[in-house]
Amino acid sequence: MLGYIAGRILQGIINILFITVLVFLLARASGDPVEAFVPDEASAATVELIKERMGLNDPLHVQYWIFFKGLLVGDLGDSKILKEPVTKLLVERLPATFSLAATAMFIAMVMALPLGVLSAVYRDTWIDRVAKIVAFLGQSSPQFWIGIMLMILFAVLLGWLPVAGRSGPSSYILPGFVMGWFVIAGLVRLTRSSMLDVLDSDYITMARGKGLPERTVIWKHALRNAMIPVLTYSGLILGGFMNGSVVVEAVFAWPGIGRLALDAVQGRDFPVVQGVVIMVGAFFVVINLLVDITYAIVNPRIKYSSN
Amino acid sequence: MAQATSQPVLETQSLSLRRRAYAIVDGLRRAPLIPTIGLAIIIICALFAPWIAPFEPTKNDIINNFVPPAWHEGGSWKNALGTDKLGRDMLSRIIHGTRVSLSLSIAVILLGGTAGTFFGLASGFMGGKTDAVVQRGVEAILALPLILVALVFMSAFGTSFTNVIFILSPFVAARFARMVRGEALAIKELDYVALARVVGSPTHRIVAKHILPNVFNTVIVLSTLEVGHLILVESSLSFLGVGIPPPRPAWGLMVADGRDFIQSHYWLTLFPGLAILVSVMCLNLFGDWLRDTLDPRRRQL
Repeated sequence: MLGYIAGRILQGIINILFITVLVFLLARASGDPVEAFVPDEASAATVELIKERMGLNDPLHVQYWIFFKGLLVGDLGDSKILKEPVTKLLVERLPATFSLAATAMFIAMVMALPLGVLSAVYRDTWIDRVAKIVAFLGQSSPQFWIGIMLMILFAVLLGWLPVAGRSGPSSYILPGFVMGWFVIAGLVRLTRSSMLDVLDSDYITMARGKGLPERTVIWKHALRNAMIPVLTYSGLILGGFMNGSVVVEAVFAWPGIGRLALDAVQGRDFPVVQGVVIMVGAFFVVINLLVDITYAIVNPRIKYSSN
Repeated sequence: MAQATSQPVLETQSLSLRRRAYAIVDGLRRAPLIPTIGLAIIIICALFAPWIAPFEPTKNDIINNFVPPAWHEGGSWKNALGTDKLGRDMLSRIIHGTRVSLSLSIAVILLGGTAGTFFGLASGFMGGKTDAVVQRGVEAILALPLILVALVFMSAFGTSFTNVIFILSPFVAARFARMVRGEALAIKELDYVALARVVGSPTHRIVAKHILPNVFNTVIVLSTLEVGHLILVESSLSFLGVGIPPPRPAWGLMVADGRDFIQSHYWLTLFPGLAILVSVMCLNLFGDWLRDTLDPRRRQL
């Protein structure tokens, strides 16, 4: 068990290093950083002096090391356009993205859990078929387009919900649904298969034998155990939401980190883009790690089957 | 002697590619009707776009911009699905969009899928250090936030068709490598592979003759399902402006273009989006069916 956890932590560190190296190299490839600071009429000697001062004449690995040391103390550089530290910008934008992700998770769970449970209990009936169709649609639809269509229907034509932006609680409904919609497929399937496994077990037969009402057996005894894989999976979903936030925030003009990254790309503000990627990447890795470790603790068999 | 007796066993255990191809053709007769027809239409559109489409997809005709679809007042069957802000024919753009989406996805599958299959085979069959290194790499790639990495990549190198292929291929390769490795690990343990080893077949021969044909099904199924997924990812990137650059008729780009006019000219957004939805649905349904047919063990893939 400890060996497995150590292995996962090592992989996590490799993953984070990989992201930072990748982003660092891409940053170097994106153009000469000196151009951003130096006016056009500056002489070659001045440019050379600035390069020397900024350490741009150092070998690449030395430059990376300086960049990496900055990361360790939370220094992601300054935004070229907004002239503020990237870390500060990220911290300002995070609550919007996190609250949206939480809403999306809530909506996805509320839809997927009952569907998954019912389709397991009433296997091969119309409920099961409806669940399959929902899962299938979620898997096949382009998120950005669904977002625009729902926006038109519920915000523009019916006028029930705000069109875009982050205002009151009602402004969370559309983007939250769109973000949650595409993970419903995975959640429904997982809940269903997990419930089917659990419903086969002895303690369920036992609970039924005791004469407990079927409702209690399914929603209390069975669901509780069937939830374990679903909850660990939802950790991974949270990481996915951070990545998907770019699309949803672009559609709904949501002031989160996805929108920040996209605006930065359009304004060629490279430090901001790289800041978002490193932060989301690290978040993704840490979540993955926590999921793996939790799972190994909850279900000790995993360490054998993973290899 | 050993060679002679083991040969028939090997023959029956690992089906030749040709027999597999026959099996697929035979199976197609039982294929689900609607997704198969849909898929056929998509492929025909992609192959023969210039002949099927009534107009050039990038030809501007600014006088005839925002013509509504045929069934609206002011619309005509000349531009069955209407025209966009530059007067380009929507139907022609959607038909040509099939070509863009499909050719990009296939290129990514060919590049990433081949690399992934290679690494997966090497990793699963050789084990040890190769396996460890490949697996670390695969996990590191799969832990990357794809859309964000694409954003960085595109802002560093600029948007282009080839750059999209370039950024998506490693992700596909990682998925293939993981799946193929699992298969290779299982097949490696089978008797006939052990037998081939005993009779002294060299590793490359075992991999080529016995392992590869057996992971072939998995690769085919994964490729089909992955095309649908890639169409979604590519259209999202194009929608965000970091995918295929204009004026190429990419579906995601068309949705983004139409967005500003959605209240007055809904057809600019509705139809390209429907094209994505329907194509991905057909591909997924077909892929699901293919998986169930070729490999009943892996219904949960």
